[in-house]
Amino acid sequence: MVRDRNNDEWIKSLEAEGPVRETALADLRELLVVGLKSSLKSRSDYVESMMDDFLQDSLIRILQALNQFQNRSRFVTWATSIAIRVAMTELRKRRWRDVSLEKLVADTNFDPVSDVDGDVVPERRELVEAMYRVINTQLTDRQRTVLLAEIKGMAQEEIAGQLGCSRNALYKLSHDARFRLKQELVQAGFDYQSFAFAFNE
Amino acid sequence: MSMTGEEIQRLLDVVRDTQAVEIDCDVCLMQVGEFAEDRLAGKPIAEGLKAIEQHLLICPECREEFEALCQAINALKKTAS
Ligand SMILES: [Zn+2]
Repeated sequence: MVRDRNNDEWIKSLEAEGPVRETALADLRELLVVGLKSSLKSRSDYVESMMDDFLQDSLIRILQALNQFQNRSRFVTWATSIAIRVAMTELRKRRWRDVSLEKLVADTNFDPVSDVDGDVVPERRELVEAMYRVINTQLTDRQRTVLLAEIKGMAQEEIAGQLGCSRNALYKLSHDARFRLKQELVQAGFDYQSFAFAFNE
Repeated sequence: MSMTGEEIQRLLDVVRDTQAVEIDCDVCLMQVGEFAEDRLAGKPIAEGLKAIEQHLLICPECREEFEALCQAINALKKTAS
């Protein structure tokens, strides 16, 4: 039976040396297995043989980040959130590593609304057209690329890798693009309601 | 190939929810545990966690991880009892 601990105990035992630390690591590992298994079980891209690598990488990340734990949740919750980040980042990497960002962008156009295969509510057509206009004329190539890749669901890690930039730089590109779009659309007189209901259900 | 209606709506949604100042995925990761515990306990969103709520609206990867974390917390509760 795994022994849970209060937050202070977890930190102290993981920062200790010798058997105290070893026991705490073994217990934490078992709890991470429970959390990871339940959160990955419904995914078709997860196979059990990946678990050991996920656990090993997660424990390293958790120990490295110990001083960032702010004691505002249960320690195990915090540790599990890091393990999930590690596992999902790896799964996304596998899913997207053979997809070329360049090709994805080249294959997709911000085409006129008539090409859209959704049902545009007539009075919202103007909004979607305005959005395309801003995307095509007000954003940089890199901003447009990032915006498109993210909407297509491409993994951020993979986008950053193929663009040769850091995750932080990628985030800034994405934020600048979204914020510019929002400013331009609001300035053009579109309100939040029209953003929410552009398409028929 | 053009964008699908669903993709365009997703784009409109993230544009709508974009704020001038936002946190990034690393900051979100350090606080999402507290956010998830509060949500599962049915507590209202604390002022200090509003930025997490906003990030989860615009970031599908962190949202996916948040949903996975909620499942994990529930599973851990079951093993504890
Ligand atoms: Zn994020």
